[in-house]
Amino acid sequence: MTMPSHAAGAPHVAAKAVDWSGSLRDAGFAAFVALLLTVPLVGLRTIDRPTGLGIEARPEEVVASVLLVFFGRLGLGLIGQGLALPVLFLALAAAAVGLAIPLPTQVLRLVLVAGGGIIALRAAFAVTTHRSKLTLAERDRKMDRVAAQVQHATKYIAPVAFIGAVLLPMTPLADRQLLDIGILLLTYIMLGWGLNIVVGLAGLLDLGYVAFYAVGAYSYALLAHYFGLSFWVCLPLAGLLAAFSGVLLGFPVLRLRGDYFAIVTLGFGEIVRIILVNWYQFTGGPNGISGIPRPSFFGLAEFSRTPAEGMAAFHELFGLEFSPLHRIVFMYYLILALALAVNLFTLRIRKLPLGRAWEALREDEIASASLGINRTNMKLAAFAIAAMFGGFAGSFFATRQGFISPESFTFIESAIILAIVVLGGMGSQAGVVVATLLVIGLPEAFRELADYRMLAFGMGMVVIMLWRPRGLLAHRDPTILLHGGKKPATGGAAR
Amino acid sequence: MEYFLQQLINGLSLGAIYGLIAIGYTMVYGIIGMINFAHGEIYMIGSFVALITFLALGALGITWVPLALVVMLAASMLFTSVYGWTVERIAYRPLRNSPRLAPLISAIGMSIFLQNYMQILQGARSKPLQPILPGNLTILDGAVSVSYVRLATIVLTLALMIGFTILINKTSLGRAQRACEQDKKMAGLLGVNVDRIISLTFVMGAALAAVAGMMVLLIYGVIDFYIGFLAGVKSFTAAVLGGVGSLPGAMLGGVVIGLIESFWSGYVGSEWKDVATFTLLVLVLIFRPTGLLGRPEIEKV
Repeated sequence: MTMPSHAAGAPHVAAKAVDWSGSLRDAGFAAFVALLLTVPLVGLRTIDRPTGLGIEARPEEVVASVLLVFFGRLGLGLIGQGLALPVLFLALAAAAVGLAIPLPTQVLRLVLVAGGGIIALRAAFAVTTHRSKLTLAERDRKMDRVAAQVQHATKYIAPVAFIGAVLLPMTPLADRQLLDIGILLLTYIMLGWGLNIVVGLAGLLDLGYVAFYAVGAYSYALLAHYFGLSFWVCLPLAGLLAAFSGVLLGFPVLRLRGDYFAIVTLGFGEIVRIILVNWYQFTGGPNGISGIPRPSFFGLAEFSRTPAEGMAAFHELFGLEFSPLHRIVFMYYLILALALAVNLFTLRIRKLPLGRAWEALREDEIASASLGINRTNMKLAAFAIAAMFGGFAGSFFATRQGFISPESFTFIESAIILAIVVLGGMGSQAGVVVATLLVIGLPEAFRELADYRMLAFGMGMVVIMLWRPRGLLAHRDPTILLHGGKKPATGGAAR
Repeated sequence: MEYFLQQLINGLSLGAIYGLIAIGYTMVYGIIGMINFAHGEIYMIGSFVALITFLALGALGITWVPLALVVMLAASMLFTSVYGWTVERIAYRPLRNSPRLAPLISAIGMSIFLQNYMQILQGARSKPLQPILPGNLTILDGAVSVSYVRLATIVLTLALMIGFTILINKTSLGRAQRACEQDKKMAGLLGVNVDRIISLTFVMGAALAAVAGMMVLLIYGVIDFYIGFLAGVKSFTAAVLGGVGSLPGAMLGGVVIGLIESFWSGYVGSEWKDVATFTLLVLVLIFRPTGLLGRPEIEKV
């Protein structure tokens, strides 16, 4: 855990003399903390023995982490005092030693290579920019300019990305795996865009968005299971039911403010999950529902080799050769269309009175209430609409998986969707796409890492927030400018 | 009647645990206005440290129960507070003046990190432990039996609460803490080291959560890396129920939730107890939005 500290108000002076004792003391303290952190949990491992729990000591890992923290902290401290170049060489040397020389333990090698590498990067950065440390405000301004450029470039990037997404299944690259990842990404993009309406536009912190996703998924699964309704009938129904549940939850709790509201939505998400688990006569309980029917081609044809009585087969209808990929491609386009519908809706509604009212509420509730905006109705609308989109995404999820269980709708899913919205920069549609690629795409690409994936995911969330607290692409241009005048130098009102 | 008393005592001991965790939430919320989502994980760490300490003592041949319990308690509080301190230092302090959602996301990230950290280090399987403090105290001619562990939990919590109330109300540290809670800037101008007080708040919260973690280990005898989430959510519910920012409120909220859970499991069925808890939370927030003991908030324009 060697991170550069951004202690607020740390004096930024190019010290003439290097404060060795101070740096050593600082590094020593960090190492002591690391020792306390690692002794019980890293140094002693519980192991299952036939006779009960046993314990095993791993002193070498404790020593390795303490050393890593000590030298890491020392290195960072010295970089801060203008000794970047020597630190760079030493760190590179350490990394080289780790790579080249056979070492007794794998842990030590990892420590040398990873620690040396990170410090070397930091030092190289300091050497090239001739400054020890960017202050938070400087960095924020810099990133804000980048974000503004990216947002202005979205005009050109978005159509390209859209065409790319449309053409993807036609390229020879498109195999099953790639399309599956594409579908997964698009599902989260859709959920992110849906939640963005509540969090980004209306400024309500919703920690239970997955509840509406679950309502949508179970609506379709149960309607198909009990009444044999088809996907195309159920999709609007699922959206309606989710919107209805949004109103049901929203009505009593929307007058709560801020974090109280957040915790109630969290509670609601948990209630929905517990109902799904416990009402097993109806929902199948923890075992979930399997055999959820796949969607047909708009009710005209099926995607199987031998369709049911009275239905045409897709490949025969279009005179193609049968391929199991057809269904996947169809699913891909389906979720693409759904996601784009959400995006289009958001882009348009921001220019309508409803969207304007949401943004006004987000910026200042009392001021907008005194201007005659009905707070409860506006928030309820945001909540219900976002819930509806969540419901659409949910029923798509159910039909794609063919199997759903309460396992898929835990709090962590809500947290991931919220993370996508906040990391991308609240209210930014492009930010949601970028954050989804980071949050869902990267871990998907590193599937082999298995256990360490979620570890890195959690750490990544922290690091991105530390690095850019307002989100990656948080930049807002003023919606209206006085006399069409020049744009102010800084981005829109930062909260 | 006997059944009622039995459930009452179970509920009180469970409520004591929720209350201990809730104090950490309520203090942190009071002083920096954020939901410390990783607090449930801190409690989980406390539980694991207690387990590991016990196993290590066993490996060293120390099996005298009172000594083992004291060492477990001390080790768990010490090491867990270091985790509380570190989490604040790494994930929250740099975000002191950021938009409201940034520390929350950082906290959620930290919570995910700590959960997986524990899973990787100690394994995903649940850890069973034989009862360390077996035996029951029977009262009312044997009709009601109270296990020593539950009794110890209630007594220890009461003692901690008394000590903690004195700490907050009488000592200079407590005065500084309350001053920061009211106005950080002003407290800073008057010579209070605000960063240090905030760190100490996290340390105190973590130490109390560690006690809760150890007691849960002793009562239920089985823990896993996932226990922090639900306990965290419920304890936050307790803090909100009692009125965020109020220490007696946190304890009261914890006890109320513990009692509801225990009576609901005893008389209705254990499957729906969480629904009962959350429904109660919604009801309280609708009819009394500042919680049972909270001060009404004044909206500034």
